Amino acid sequence: MSFQTSPPKLDPAQLMACPQCDALHQAEHLPDGQRARCVRCGTILISPRERSFLHVIAFSFTGMILMIGAIFFPFLEISTRGLHHESSIFGVAMAFSEGWLAPLAFAVLSMIVALPVFRFAALIYTLWPLANGKPAWPHAATMFRLAEESQPWAMAEIFIIGTAVALVKLAGLAKVSLGPAFWAFCVLIIVIALKDSFVSKWTIWDAIERK
Amino acid sequence: MGRDRTQVNVLTATDAGLIGCTRCGKVWTPDHGYCERCGAALRPVDKSGLQKVWAWWWAGLIFYIPANLYPMLRTATLGAEQQNTIVGGAIELWKHHNYGVATIVFVASVMIPIGKFIAVAYLALAVGNEKRRGGHPHLHLYEVVEFIGRWSMIDVFVVAILSALVQLGFVASIHPGPAAASFALSVAFTMLSAQSFDPRLIWRGPERVI
Repeated sequence: MSFQTSPPKLDPAQLMACPQCDALHQAEHLPDGQRARCVRCGTILISPRERSFLHVIAFSFTGMILMIGAIFFPFLEISTRGLHHESSIFGVAMAFSEGWLAPLAFAVLSMIVALPVFRFAALIYTLWPLANGKPAWPHAATMFRLAEESQPWAMAEIFIIGTAVALVKLAGLAKVSLGPAFWAFCVLIIVIALKDSFVSKWTIWDAIERK
Repeated sequence: MGRDRTQVNVLTATDAGLIGCTRCGKVWTPDHGYCERCGAALRPVDKSGLQKVWAWWWAGLIFYIPANLYPMLRTATLGAEQQNTIVGGAIELWKHHNYGVATIVFVASVMIPIGKFIAVAYLALAVGNEKRRGGHPHLHLYEVVEFIGRWSMIDVFVVAILSALVQLGFVASIHPGPAAASFALSVAFTMLSAQSFDPRLIWRGPERVI
């Protein structure tokens, strides 16, 4: 692996510090498919994949379209004894909108809809010019940093597991039918996982920097 | 550095008199306050960041108490109202022989939060006192805590889905209880606590306490 601990007094522009343990490395462009790990703690530092920018853009557009479907189609429907009631994703977040729980409705809405959408948009904004061989658009660095920082708060995959738990809780009480939004959301979390596997942070930062 | 023989040759940015950006990995001279590539604030590796860890940790713990005392769900069926706390909900599922889901709920809303409080406190207390085994076990613990902490939100989503869906008037209706808000806050605060912990501290051995 072409990745070593560097001797001191090197140009800081050529160096990379491991974000987890601070070990200094000499950053280099790797061939596609290779991975560079930190020599001390093993954190993956650089993992370029062929045409990864295009893949990330494509997955982000797919994710946005699925999210639009997930918002506007019915999510779940419940029926028992001739009564029925359905809810959209939006309705799920609004479950907390009564009284003083209202801020929680905003939090839930941002965790399951707004932040995933923002992350898709930020990645498209950052990578679109780079994939076309053009210099990065203004504030691309800020957009990409915000996308990275908001990652722990985008909880689409946790929401789907929560849905599964809720379905089991309701199983004995009523008949629940799954709407198109439910399936759109399931595909969405697969798309997010695929997209993340194509993101090599260092490669993107390096491309932004080279303008 | 230097506690484990295999690590003797590793030079850190701090040792070289530089500061590494924890967001993008770019290395700067100490006169920079912000990373000029990604815009994140540059922090030297020192213990001052631990104050933030403890502040969020206590906030999380304080909100975890009402989260367990107050009801998470208020269920009204045919005029009778029932209130469930977090643990009560898991026990209810267990009684109805949904052992798998009861375990998921119990792990996500009881074991993960409590385990996280213990793990973050342990990591923060152990900084500078690590024994000679090197940082690997502690780094793994930190990575597990960071990865798993978000999953506690499951219970908040379950409450949201149930209250949005089960609105059948007199026959059955479910409303969220006050514990939903305090539990969500507790999870958010412990996530912030774990994020404030600087994993680079793990690798500073006892002989170079800062």
